[in-house]
Amino acid sequence: MSEIPEDLRYTKTHEWLRVMEDGHYEVGITEHAQDMMGDMVFVELPEVGTTVNTGEDCAVVESVKAASDVYAPVSGEIVEVNSELADAPETINQDPYHRGWMFRLRPTDQSEADNLLDSAAYEQVAASES
Amino acid sequence: MNQKTALFELHQQTGAKIVAFGGWDMPLHYGSQVEEHHAVRRDAGMFDVSHMARVDLHGNGVRQFLRHLVANNVDKLTVFGKALYTCMLNAHGGVIDDLIVYFLRDDWFRIVVNAATRDKDLAWIEDQAQHVPGVKIEPRPDLAMIAVQGPNARDKTCVALVDAVQAACADLKPFFAVETNGYFIARTGYTGEDGFEIILSNDQAPNVWRALQRAGVAPCGLGARDTLRLEAGMNLYGTDMDENTTPLESGLAWTVAWEPKDRDFVGRKALETQREQGVMRKLTGLVLLDRGVLRGHQRVICADRQQGEITSGSFSPTLGRAIAMARVPVAVHTGDSCRVEIRGKQLDAKVVKYPFVRHGKSCLGDL
Repeated sequence: MSEIPEDLRYTKTHEWLRVMEDGHYEVGITEHAQDMMGDMVFVELPEVGTTVNTGEDCAVVESVKAASDVYAPVSGEIVEVNSELADAPETINQDPYHRGWMFRLRPTDQSEADNLLDSAAYEQVAASES
Repeated sequence: MNQKTALFELHQQTGAKIVAFGGWDMPLHYGSQVEEHHAVRRDAGMFDVSHMARVDLHGNGVRQFLRHLVANNVDKLTVFGKALYTCMLNAHGGVIDDLIVYFLRDDWFRIVVNAATRDKDLAWIEDQAQHVPGVKIEPRPDLAMIAVQGPNARDKTCVALVDAVQAACADLKPFFAVETNGYFIARTGYTGEDGFEIILSNDQAPNVWRALQRAGVAPCGLGARDTLRLEAGMNLYGTDMDENTTPLESGLAWTVAWEPKDRDFVGRKALETQREQGVMRKLTGLVLLDRGVLRGHQRVICADRQQGEITSGSFSPTLGRAIAMARVPVAVHTGDSCRVEIRGKQLDAKVVKYPFVRHGKSCLGDL
């Protein structure tokens, strides 16, 4: 079974969300998701300053095998993207929960994160697909 | 329920990620597709290709039958063991399948066809052979097939094989095969590297696979096989050509033997007509200059508003950029700039000749 940190929130579409100290949210894709996709070779990130809505496709990860959309777990404004992924998309394979973060956003509504899955619930989602 | 090869259990034990392919459960990769790709370019890797169908053709009428059945001319096969790559066409010149024909004896040829097309191929071949005397068609599901590929593939294979077989394959020339002690070993492949394709009994296959692994040959899945063949500029049936395209539109004109003129192979008339009227489309290589990944069915926009379509594309691990084969109008030339539409954006690409990679080295030069 892949790693699913307890301190993060999750979506059914395999994004994780971390609440940061400054109140912003950090978003990436789960270890399970990168494992399903295989070797990452390209990442397309949103532009800083854009506003995204919950469930909106706002980034793309491409492995050798296929392209896959990444969806905004909650609504908000993109405040920062992990530009290091452009030259090293494989970071998502190597360290999906830390160095492999994709973007940070300022949430529109703090309470939205409460609707996301906790690690136990996400574990069931991941298990049902593997 | 998909079919499983004689090596399936070994793949599972090795931690392979299994996918359905052409009615078979096959390894996609054993951890990292890119690492497996590099293993083949730099050292040696092996693929279970037992899903491909081996069919033996026996009898005194086989050579004459093959003259009619396939677009390349089996009369090029004069020496025992020699192999020939060819297309099998329908009456319209469309490609039913591509295959390799091995000439083993005057009354024994072996062909290897694709897994997904096996049933329609066999039906077609049996139909074509109906009124031809002296041809016995024998599918060989009792045999497995392992491709060992890479600069060190032949050396490592020789170490892994029993002495009697070692001697026979040590001097094997490119595109030749030898049958000895129950092993059929061909110096052919689908990666652009040197190596062997070994056909052997299902019973023997796991032992040989393990011996190859002990000799340092890395297990590789279908994922790496696809990026390797694409870099090598080798067509994939069903993707780069099918029954609606002819070899002349698919970069395979070199496999059509027009001489002698009186050899009446299936599809000949249609191909001659197409050649006289002018071929409208061709297969070419593309390299993406921007960041991104080229994929099948993406639209290619060329000079003078001409358009084409990518037939197969991927990220090239050897080159570190996206490459593709694309079907474009014949007026599009090597060196032309073009654009590829990816998710609504038009990215810069360049028309190039393939292969993209040969024997581990880039063929692209300056872009």
